Amino acid sequence: MSDRTTNKYICIRCPRGCEIITTLDGWQIDKIEGNVCKLGLDYVKEEVNDPRRVVTSTVKVINGKHSLVPVWTTAGIPKDKIFDLMEMLREIKIEAPVDINTLVINNIFDLNIDVVTSGKVAKLV
Amino acid sequence: MNSVKDNKYFDIIIIGAGIVGAMIARILSKYKLNILIIEKEVDICMGASAANSAILHSGCDPKPGSLKAELNVKGNKYWKNIVNELQIPCKETGSFVIAIGEEELETIWHLYKRSIYNKVPKIKILRKDEILYKEPKLNPEVTGALWTPTTAVVDPFEATIAACENAINNGSKLLLSTQFKEFIIEKNKIVGIKTNNGDFYSRWVINSSGIYADEVMHKAGIRSDYKITPRRGEYLVFDESKVKLNTVLYPVPNKEIGKGTLISTTTHGNVMIGPNAEFIEDKASTETTKSGISEILKNAKRLLPSLNEKDVIAQYAGLRATSNLENGDFLIEISEDVQGLVNIGGIESPGFVSAPAIAEMIIELLKQAGEKFEEKENWNPVRKARPCFRKLSHLERAELIKKNPAYGRIVCRCEEVTEGEIVDAIHSPVPALTYDAVKRRTWLGTGRCQGCFDYPRVIEILARELNIAVRDVTKCGNNSNFIFRRTKDVEIIK
Amino acid sequence: MKKIYDVLIIGGGPAGLAAGIEAIKTGAKDILIIERDSVLGGILPQCIHNGFGSVIFKKDYPGPQYAQNFIDEVDKLGIEVLLDTMVLDITPDRRIFATNSIDGYLELEGKSIVLAMGCRERTRSQIRIPGTRAAGIFTAGTVQRFVNIEGYMPGNKFVILGSGDIGMIMARRLKLEGASVEKVIEIMPFLTGLRRNYVQCLQDFGIPLVLQHTIKRIIGKNRVEAVEIIKVDDNFNMINGTEEVIACDSLLLSVGLIPENELSKKASIAIDNITGGPYVDENMETNINGIFAAGNVVNIHDLVDYVTEAGYIAGRNAALHALHHQRRGLNRISIERGKNVNNVVPQFINLDLIEDKSFLLQLRVNKVFDKKVKVEITEDDGTIIATYRENYARPAEMIALKIKGDKLSHVVSKNCYKLKVNVTEI
Repeated sequence: MSDRTTNKYICIRCPRGCEIITTLDGWQIDKIEGNVCKLGLDYVKEEVNDPRRVVTSTVKVINGKHSLVPVWTTAGIPKDKIFDLMEMLREIKIEAPVDINTLVINNIFDLNIDVVTSGKVAKLV
Repeated sequence: MNSVKDNKYFDIIIIGAGIVGAMIARILSKYKLNILIIEKEVDICMGASAANSAILHSGCDPKPGSLKAELNVKGNKYWKNIVNELQIPCKETGSFVIAIGEEELETIWHLYKRSIYNKVPKIKILRKDEILYKEPKLNPEVTGALWTPTTAVVDPFEATIAACENAINNGSKLLLSTQFKEFIIEKNKIVGIKTNNGDFYSRWVINSSGIYADEVMHKAGIRSDYKITPRRGEYLVFDESKVKLNTVLYPVPNKEIGKGTLISTTTHGNVMIGPNAEFIEDKASTETTKSGISEILKNAKRLLPSLNEKDVIAQYAGLRATSNLENGDFLIEISEDVQGLVNIGGIESPGFVSAPAIAEMIIELLKQAGEKFEEKENWNPVRKARPCFRKLSHLERAELIKKNPAYGRIVCRCEEVTEGEIVDAIHSPVPALTYDAVKRRTWLGTGRCQGCFDYPRVIEILARELNIAVRDVTKCGNNSNFIFRRTKDVEIIK
Repeated sequence: MKKIYDVLIIGGGPAGLAAGIEAIKTGAKDILIIERDSVLGGILPQCIHNGFGSVIFKKDYPGPQYAQNFIDEVDKLGIEVLLDTMVLDITPDRRIFATNSIDGYLELEGKSIVLAMGCRERTRSQIRIPGTRAAGIFTAGTVQRFVNIEGYMPGNKFVILGSGDIGMIMARRLKLEGASVEKVIEIMPFLTGLRRNYVQCLQDFGIPLVLQHTIKRIIGKNRVEAVEIIKVDDNFNMINGTEEVIACDSLLLSVGLIPENELSKKASIAIDNITGGPYVDENMETNINGIFAAGNVVNIHDLVDYVTEAGYIAGRNAALHALHHQRRGLNRISIERGKNVNNVVPQFINLDLIEDKSFLLQLRVNKVFDKKVKVEITEDDGTIIATYRENYARPAEMIALKIKGDKLSHVVSKNCYKLKVNVTEI
């Protein structure tokens, strides 16, 4: 019983934002309270062991009507990798026209997660 | 502009392009004279001329016998013609000085007598019901009012810019971002000035530098006791769709703050209230304060109780050039202590309305000093207004877009300002080089959204037309840049 | 381009796109969407964060992608679109005047019109922050446009006023692009945006949130140099002596949205002072026959999905009006806000017409309920007509209920002219 700790989380899986209390026994989750649905359970399990976030940003476009195209990760990536990904995205340039769902980076950090575009940019005429 | 700098010799140099400087330049441009106007800011009309109540007062308030009284009443008359020549909007609203309660009614009678002495035309004292008929939203406790029909409202930017433009069109030269540093004096005669943009020589220098007029005099080694202390006045502007007014409303005047917090309507249709009055030390401090805003709201609500602070869309503050002259009057003179210098100081209210009369007085003074004025054959008093899309009829709009498609692209949604008007302003005789300069000429960004939508578009147009980088576009010169870097060009700041 | 259209839609954001799609599906032929920007989608192309689509698509999309679904459909259905075009005037007899730099000045007529102009942000002046008029004071939406679309950073060191969702989302966005965000200041004693955004936008990046504080003064002559913040009491009065000066080069305002109804007013459309948008009935028709309205122009929505749904309703009924001159109800009664409710849309229903239809009732509460609540529709005298249950209710989140028409038309008594919506804890 020596390593029991309780932590408070706010679930981010839906707008409701349930306040969830977890009790950890060492590294082991002992108790989860406060979630109204399964999404909350999944969220806390991940948040305790391997917190992840979907990252949305932009990359540069060459000869486009706009100079940036929006991109996002196809799934949540570990929180501590977010700024590393931002560094990578800064170096990327795509030639217009850019379609939606275009692959920007394949398999980032060997996570089996890609970065794809979430919008279109027409060619500058 | 380069050619201006190459020419170093002028007949007359005017320091400061506020309304007084602009009016003097315009009237001087009638004559065969080489005129240079220098302005330290990136645009003209940046000091006291910019942030005042923009009212052409009737002249019922200044002390009889003063220059203020004489020049105000004359100036009011001159403006009626000038607004036509300069093709600028002028609202002939008339004004009420409102008495609330019996005691204030006595002051109204006093003002009536003063107005007669000052030769203010067409004044009347009106009864409660007559006043409420004209302004139904007025405090019902009004007991009477002085009605002065000659009071009118102009846009101070348009007026100053149009006057300066007219002077330029008639051959005067303007140098922006050019700051006076020193006089060049030979044998007690001023022969020129040093600026950050080089030296310029002339027979006369006219010091119309507003709140800095005292410092310029001191540089000439004269009037070391003369001091101008800025007196700040704060203003609030209301959403035109929420508050409407037909006339200008003054409270009865009071010794401390002169005319007091008045309620006016701008030529653009917005109701405006202000000012308060606060002496400050810093000549560049035009910030608004919480206490000031509360004060003018409270004062204005005494006249117009229905004013709602929720309908305020803009706030600003201006500095009046208040001098330490004992009689509190304007100082307008040819210096007796040094040759070749004309001083204009302490031009606080009613300075704006007096400006054309001040300009006329300067000509008279110069004539008395022996200056010969020979009229040009081709002087054109008319300054043609540029198209203002939102004021045109459906038919005129269609015609305008046919001629120039840039007038078909609306950049500012609230005020319906088009790309055509912005480009025109940038390339006009007094060029708009900053966001604020475009704003004052076109009135974009002044509506409900206060520029939220137009910032990116106007910045892009300024960069394109002036051929500068987007990050070099500023709000009002100096270091007022909008953009720091491209999104992806990061120097991480930890 | 034609002179007369079945349905003219003003605004190509989510409400306008949905209205166009549903109008054509309902049978209208000549439909024109007029958009002032150079692309369709309204504000969505600059909302590059995810969190859109949970109701309509049961998926989580970024804003541009959510919009693209509808833009593609508009394209596929062959709906006419006019970009870079600003509508300047609407008359009550459904003529509009618009302008662009290619077609020039346009006069068009619509058998029906759908207003879908969206909203605008509240500015510094509306909250009256004193101080200088330096560069570096922006609304959150303007910064979002600069950073995400134009590709420029309008500052390096930000303070954010307002804990609404856009403010928090921009805090994260700025941080990701290398700027620093010193603090988020909120005048209310609670977060005004969604709690999940507090976690993923502020907490994740160590950005402090300060409740019950506001900005007393902006400092800086040319560019913002600092802001002075101050604590407020429960009545929003500043507490002297609690001032703190925070150095920054930008102040970002996220202090609320206002429906954009200047055009509506030109067409003599009656505006509800509480929502800031037109009064509408269950068909999203305004007080002017044949002019409909949907989305943020009617009331500020929290989820774009509900905007889309409102757009569908407006589009369908605009088409019906254009095709069949769908009549208005003879028994039009009002729905008003009752206990704990801040606003309700629609404000009217045509009791004699809704029998076979269901309609969308949107409402917002005026305080936080973290427990189960019931939403009751009552007659003026308190008689309960219908009851719905919600797990919780917060001012930041809209409650959207699909209400079956027969449920109301059968129950409401003959002489009832006013319904009320109440929310109470169970």
